[in-house]
Amino acid sequence: MKMKRMMCAAMAAAMTVSLAACGGSNSTAETTAAAGGAAADSAEDSGAASSDAVFVIGGSGPLTGGSALYGTAVQNGGQVAVDEINANGGINGYQVKWLFEDDEADGEKAINAYNTLKDGGMQMFVGTTTSGACMSVIAETENDNMFQITPSGTTADITKPANVYRMCFSDPAQGTKSAQYIAENGVAQKVGVIYDNSDTYSSGIYENFVKEAQNQGLEVVGAESFNSESKTDFKTQLQKLKDAGAELVFLPFYYTEASLVLKQADEMGWAPKFFGCDGMDGILDLPDFDTSLAEGLMLLTPFSADAEDELTQNFVAAYEEAYGETPIQFAADAYDCLYVIKAAAEAADITPDMEISDMCEAMKTAMTEVTLDGLTGQGISFDENGEPNKAPKAVVIENGAYKSLE
Amino acid sequence: MSSFLTYLINGISLGSVYAIIALGYTMVYGIAKMLNFAHGDVIMVGGYTVFVVCSTMGMPPLVGILAAVIVCTVLGVTIERIAYKPLREASSLSVLITAIGVSYFLQNAALIIFGADTKSFQSVIHVPSLSLMGGQVTVSGETLVTILSCAVILLALTTFINRTKTGQAMLAVSEDKGAATLMGINVNRTIAVTFAIGSALAAIAGVLLCSSYPVLSSTTGAMPGIKAFTAAVFGGIGSIPGALIGGIAMGVIENLSKAYISSQLSDAIVFSVLIIVLLVRPTGLLGKQIQEKV
Amino acid sequence: MKIKNKTFRQNAITYAMVLLFYLICQGLIMSGNMSSLMKGLMVPICYYVILAVSLNLVVGISGELSLGHAGFMCIGAYSSAIFAVCVDGKIPEMAELLLALVIGAAVTAVFGFLIGIPVLRLRGDYLAIVTLAFGEIIKNVVNAVYVGVDENGLHFSMKDSLSLGLSENGIEIINGAQGISGLPRTATFTTGIILVFITLFIVLNLVNSRQGRAIMAIRDNRIAAESIGLSVSKYKMMAFVISAALAGVAGVLYSHNLSTLQATSKNFGYNQSIMILVFVVLGGIGNIRGSVIAAFILTILPEKLRFLSDYRMLIYAIVLITMMLFNSAPKAIAWRKSIKERFFSGKKAEAGKEAQ
Repeated sequence: MKMKRMMCAAMAAAMTVSLAACGGSNSTAETTAAAGGAAADSAEDSGAASSDAVFVIGGSGPLTGGSALYGTAVQNGGQVAVDEINANGGINGYQVKWLFEDDEADGEKAINAYNTLKDGGMQMFVGTTTSGACMSVIAETENDNMFQITPSGTTADITKPANVYRMCFSDPAQGTKSAQYIAENGVAQKVGVIYDNSDTYSSGIYENFVKEAQNQGLEVVGAESFNSESKTDFKTQLQKLKDAGAELVFLPFYYTEASLVLKQADEMGWAPKFFGCDGMDGILDLPDFDTSLAEGLMLLTPFSADAEDELTQNFVAAYEEAYGETPIQFAADAYDCLYVIKAAAEAADITPDMEISDMCEAMKTAMTEVTLDGLTGQGISFDENGEPNKAPKAVVIENGAYKSLE
Repeated sequence: MSSFLTYLINGISLGSVYAIIALGYTMVYGIAKMLNFAHGDVIMVGGYTVFVVCSTMGMPPLVGILAAVIVCTVLGVTIERIAYKPLREASSLSVLITAIGVSYFLQNAALIIFGADTKSFQSVIHVPSLSLMGGQVTVSGETLVTILSCAVILLALTTFINRTKTGQAMLAVSEDKGAATLMGINVNRTIAVTFAIGSALAAIAGVLLCSSYPVLSSTTGAMPGIKAFTAAVFGGIGSIPGALIGGIAMGVIENLSKAYISSQLSDAIVFSVLIIVLLVRPTGLLGKQIQEKV
Repeated sequence: MKIKNKTFRQNAITYAMVLLFYLICQGLIMSGNMSSLMKGLMVPICYYVILAVSLNLVVGISGELSLGHAGFMCIGAYSSAIFAVCVDGKIPEMAELLLALVIGAAVTAVFGFLIGIPVLRLRGDYLAIVTLAFGEIIKNVVNAVYVGVDENGLHFSMKDSLSLGLSENGIEIINGAQGISGLPRTATFTTGIILVFITLFIVLNLVNSRQGRAIMAIRDNRIAAESIGLSVSKYKMMAFVISAALAGVAGVLYSHNLSTLQATSKNFGYNQSIMILVFVVLGGIGNIRGSVIAAFILTILPEKLRFLSDYRMLIYAIVLITMMLFNSAPKAIAWRKSIKERFFSGKKAEAGKEAQ
């Protein structure tokens, strides 16, 4: 009994200490921020940009757990962009600091990650990587009036608050455009869908696809689903679609699972046309993946690591050198996010000593004025709803490489 | 009809992977009376070992499988020695939580060592697929090998337990630890051997799982682990033939409900069947009825 | 009399501890000395404490291993969220939260009762797996449900939102895996702490009541308890339903702390149930105060380890294993005892010398 009481006392002591520590660490952060502000003030007085003050841009995404792949890509893609920006003189003459926190792709943890970033002095937010987590963070950023741009959150409602922008296509954009493309080009008449019903991204695209497919007069012969707990075996779903007579199978999910779908269809000896979304990008770079299985696969993607243009090639080279792997679309989206921030920040002429809310207001005005030639599109501009204007490229895989479809 | 056969064969194929994992679960449970939640992650370690040996180092598949078995066996025994043995006399809940800690540890260690990107696993099984009913139904080579290995492992295990001294010792320990000690059986050694066998089975399950579903990430083992645990309980945890029946039944039910009821609700259906079975037979299909002593 | 005083004192310490924690935190918040992270964690700490205390009622007091606690949380969260969306803006915020709490607790209690009927017929690990199965079923079903509302009333579908057949101005309430969005964020630290107090009050009073002693008697010796005429199923069900209802309350708090609600394996899956079980086991099985402290520390710990970046969860796992070994291994307990004895005997000897 005594032992227990001692433990309790010790734990209570630890509690108080940790709380005190929280207060303490925060106050130091505040003082440094104040000092930074003061430095910037004096710098402005002398008319030259101070190198002490920096823009702190934060990002979050899953770095652990089943979706770690995507968060890591955003973290690394952002880092590549920040290193380049800093090497070329920063934004408005100020260096940029890139912070990144793990949000485990969960709404609750994403808020913790966001708050940690705020404690670290973040002024603008690039996140979150996953749609579900993003939905819960937008309430926080709206409250703080913090400028936010998500590299890869696709749910339509994410850009509802005025302070939130998006770099990737939204669910409606992807689902609708896919259906339109299939119908207009007469790719197939009878389509089947397999989607992840535990994932916001996948089920969002699925719904919009089906809606538009009906408008376009396509026949949706079957819609089968899987979930995050059983995402390895697709033979049954494929067999059902095969029996239903599907000529084309729409796969609105990520390439890891898609590679399994392709393999299992091949084992069954069934070869319908396959059509994917931006999550499909990366399938050709999967180490040891038999790319002959992906032959004829069509997808809408804003980015491909094999593109010939100089920007993409430089980015891919820098990324491969730093991280030893080929960047996927998430990394490219994050890279573009930082360059859009740079463009808008330069248009608005913001400085790091501004209040977060003032910075956001200035950025909001500037965002609708800038255009960016990025990795994920030429001449990307933003409307006041926060949506990007860029055209998805339809590509088909031929001889193990993307080939543009016009 | 041919579709039904396909669904059935898919179910059996998925089920036999569950069954091999469930065998490891059930053996450890039968003897150490603990739920080893880290079992699924040992499977993932097996998968990564084969990946490193075969894809990165370019060794032949057989070497890879052998390496996986050795690595997993050593890992299993080490985990038992460090994390579970000190808790032998503690409550079973403490061991359960420690096993969860080990599971987190293995997953995150793999994430740091191998990175977050998914690895595509090159199948180590090179068996031509089988065509039935004039090509209407195809059975892949991986499926054939999985079902076959499942049968072989079951036979070997039963023989081992019934015919060898160590096997008999395992039976004795699972019946009554105290009495087994009195009979001169080294309980600690027997439990270590059980973990070694369970982990070796996990390695083989890892190879088969990754060959059938060729993607590999740090969470590869987690969900099959839970499903296999369910399968082990379904068949009666502690019973070796029960694990086999439970695994295959789970796989078949999962696939048939996906095919004929709803692919959205297939997990809910599988778990509902489990609940119904346990209500009719509270210790699983082949589990022993425990007599309550006053 | 003496025993009563002792339990009274023990309970008073627990309440005082929570009150002290509240006062310190409020002080820090008022004076602006609390980091954003900690401010954001205040409500989560409250619902994790409620979850841990309520699970301890089943695992510690009633002696049944439940792995489906997050499922009850899910029911509480969803039922209250549906209510919140339906009445959003029509009644005052406080009244909404209060009613949501009542609804969440009531709906979860009903589900707890229905699930309890089959579950409590089983024992030990079989009971554990069935609770796990129920938790997964709840999560799976919630992810496949579509609910919408328009002037014709509520619409349900298990397929997709298109098949709801909503009229022009209808709104989708639950949109399958995309969950519920646009929830009011009305949960505050103060309401959270009040709910923690209510939870502690219910559980501590139950434990020290006639019913609580009956529940513990059944845990310790079922046959003996039965033979003196205690109704085993009644008392087990009582603990199970109360625990479920409290988990539902935690779920209401959860859904009123986030603007969107989705059922993922992270928040309502077996992983979460196991996390809550970790709080209970580390805090001491049957020790309510321990659950409160463990839930607090283990909610903060992963956040405080963020500076380790990639190694964060790895270190967390090691800490977890080490704490388990230190807390429960018989050898570690004996070692701790011997250290303590040496320490105390040394002190006693010194005290004796001084007295001389």
